[in-house]
Amino acid sequence: MVYAAMAMALVLIWRATRVVNFAQGAMAMFSTYVAVSVIDRGGDYWEALVVALAFGFVAGAVVERVLVRPVESKPPLNAVIVTLGLLILVESAAAMIWGDSVRSYPARFSQTGLKLGSQRVALSPFDLYIIGAVLVVMAGLVILFRATSLGLRMRASAFEPEVARLLGVRVGRMLTLGWALAAVVGSLGGILVAPKVFLDPNNMDDVLVYAFTAAIVGGLDSPVGALVGGVGMGLSLSYVGGYLGYSLETVGAFVILIVVLMVRPEGLFTTTTPRRV
Amino acid sequence: MLEVSDLRVAYGAVSALDGVSLSVGPGVTTAVLGANGAGKTSLLRAMTGMVRAKSGRVVWKGTELTRLASEEIVRQGVAHVPEGRGVIQDLTVEDNLRLGGLWRSDREDRRKALEEMYEFFPALRERRRRSAYTLSGGERQMLAVGRALMARPELLLLDEPSLGLAPIIVAQIMELVARLSADTGLTVLLVEQNARAALSISERAVVLSLGKVVVEGAAADIAADEELRHHYLGF
Amino acid sequence: MLSAGFLRRPLVRHLVIAVVLVVVLFLVTGILSSYNNFQIALIASYVIAVAGLSLLTGLNGQISLGHGAFMAVGAYTTALLETHQHWPLALVLALSAVTAAAAGLVTGLGAARLRGPYLAGATLALAVGLPELTIKFTSTLGGESGLPVNPPPPVSFLGASFDPNRYLAWVSILCVAVTLVLLANLVTSRFGRDFRAVRDDEIAASLSGIRVAGNQVLAFVVSAACAGLGGAIYALATGIVNPAGFTLVLSIAILTGTVIGGLGTLAGAVWGGILLVYLPRWSESLSNGFKLNKVVSSNLSLGLYGVVLIVVILAFPAGLQGGVRQAGRALRSRFMSGPGSSGSTGAAAPAGVSTPVASGGGGETS
Repeated sequence: MVYAAMAMALVLIWRATRVVNFAQGAMAMFSTYVAVSVIDRGGDYWEALVVALAFGFVAGAVVERVLVRPVESKPPLNAVIVTLGLLILVESAAAMIWGDSVRSYPARFSQTGLKLGSQRVALSPFDLYIIGAVLVVMAGLVILFRATSLGLRMRASAFEPEVARLLGVRVGRMLTLGWALAAVVGSLGGILVAPKVFLDPNNMDDVLVYAFTAAIVGGLDSPVGALVGGVGMGLSLSYVGGYLGYSLETVGAFVILIVVLMVRPEGLFTTTTPRRV
Repeated sequence: MLEVSDLRVAYGAVSALDGVSLSVGPGVTTAVLGANGAGKTSLLRAMTGMVRAKSGRVVWKGTELTRLASEEIVRQGVAHVPEGRGVIQDLTVEDNLRLGGLWRSDREDRRKALEEMYEFFPALRERRRRSAYTLSGGERQMLAVGRALMARPELLLLDEPSLGLAPIIVAQIMELVARLSADTGLTVLLVEQNARAALSISERAVVLSLGKVVVEGAAADIAADEELRHHYLGF
Repeated sequence: MLSAGFLRRPLVRHLVIAVVLVVVLFLVTGILSSYNNFQIALIASYVIAVAGLSLLTGLNGQISLGHGAFMAVGAYTTALLETHQHWPLALVLALSAVTAAAAGLVTGLGAARLRGPYLAGATLALAVGLPELTIKFTSTLGGESGLPVNPPPPVSFLGASFDPNRYLAWVSILCVAVTLVLLANLVTSRFGRDFRAVRDDEIAASLSGIRVAGNQVLAFVVSAACAGLGGAIYALATGIVNPAGFTLVLSIAILTGTVIGGLGTLAGAVWGGILLVYLPRWSESLSNGFKLNKVVSSNLSLGLYGVVLIVVILAFPAGLQGGVRQAGRALRSRFMSGPGSSGSTGAAAPAGVSTPVASGGGGETS
């Protein structure tokens, strides 16, 4: 489910700007550290959440304005490289600010499994909270893109920026907004996952790989795909981890990715017609 | 109303517009004619900020458009239907139409404009939920024009609306442009390769060649000038 | 006397330049310290890997974030062969390249169907996932602590007192020369032309009879082989292979080197390789100068990678080599009138090697 949130953030940016943000996980990690700082200063879980999401929003917007804007008209490789540069920059900055030791992050709700009758199932109140949060965000995004004029403008900016401009859409703002929203969703993902994986400056690498795999498996254009891909990813990874050992989880992700892409190079849920020329 | 003075556009070392000046009065339909590469499309693109002019000015109702970004120019009442129509294929027909008016804050009037467009183009109403990808060439042109009109513009720039369309559709499109101009007092700048069709509905005409204005005058005079027709207009 | 026409054939010209360079560098190693020679080997390993990635990304238009993984394949192959077999060094190096090439073949077969971000994602997963295999197979691959690699003993006729680091520098310089000459010729050959055609327009390329998928797989194989060879030298130079040496950061570092040097230029790979070794060193002395604490200083070089990567791509999209070439062109147009004088000084030679690859900017659309 957490992978789904991160995957959705990737999908959001991809839809809005046709850029894959490799720094997504790192930015989420950074926001999570911001939340940790709030908690250290005596803030409660919800305050920390709000501050971190607000921080994510601003950071996403700033990154788009300052770093991504100049390469938007360039070959896609340039944007990939910029976000990779950002990835290692953010990771090292986090390590410089907060140190590179592992931090734990409090969970808002109990992490012990619920009782179903007399049996304890592998589903804790905290898991329910995660699922609920992701579903709400997901529904919000679908409504935004499908049912609001803001979403329409954002989609138009992503598909045909030049035409959108002629129609009076302030494309620059839409792209900035897209990045900001994606960073918020990513930050939320980071905070949701933090109690489960511990927090250190590099731990979002793996999360990014899983999320990326989820997004790609589901198709980069499809938020629903991101959700399904994220959940499927989480399930299959826990099988891989359970039966073959934890160290094979990322390899497992790689195998899943390759297999899916062999069958459907555009992902499972992509509906837009692939246009090549 | 519209004053273009000494406009120059270059793509790298290649000059596309080499000092073009023209003026268009309110409510007048002007055909911009000329061969491939004469600079017709560049003229429109420079007017709506899709390319930056090297020098020269485009002044519309006292505002200098050459200083503005594309998205702001629409807000000055200038709508541009680009070459190849610019229909966004991944959106539905209705989304395409709505997009054209979204910058206007008057929600009620936007809804009214949409209704008007459907009355104008019944074919679009039938396909409103379909992806624009499924439309035929003529329908796409209608969609592109309708979308531009959603902005309730005072100046409409049309780039090659007849391109790739069957003669009967071309005739329909031209009739539509003429009707728009007559009904709403719209000023139209019509770029066309199909000079005969364009001249038939225009009051004035400008002929471009190699980035320069060759002649500017009444459409009827230009249509009557055999040598001009033969040299520049190919009919 | 050699005729001018003979000299102008690419293979011959590349060979001549390479031989001259190798001899000059061999002489230079004699006056350098043992530590400098070690650095040369390290630079060489990066140069080879970067050149391979440059071919793939700059020339063929495929991005790979997994070259660190291919380096790991080469490095582990070397480590295993070194400890278990006692085969000649040349054979070990060659086999390392071949093993990596095989890994490249597998990845390339998948990659040929993927584009842009999808490809980046698949190779990213490879970069993160592959090193973790070593932990799964701890008994053979050494787990977290890795495997030791003995530095190759100098061949006997050099005498027993010959500095092993100097010998290693020689070996790696030779490897760089061989790799670059082979790549330069590949680039000027029909394959190189096809690579560029596929990069610029896959559909047009396939319409003109190029088998796009096969072409992309080939580029991946060659590129992975280079990374494997680079990894092998890396293993010999550092004396140890472990998963911590082949993280995602390494893959990104190689990409950084490729971009900084200039995509698609072999001479750029040399710049990139040098920078990858010296950038962390500079940032270290920088942080020492400012008396920063340990955590900050150890992360500073990483951060600098990020900054450099961003700044270069924003300010000089054609990389350092692009800048050098521009300056060269300006100079030439000012001073040169007669054609035919080829670069002969040490400084001009790398540029000479790359001339036929002068395509990063994409000047030659079909």
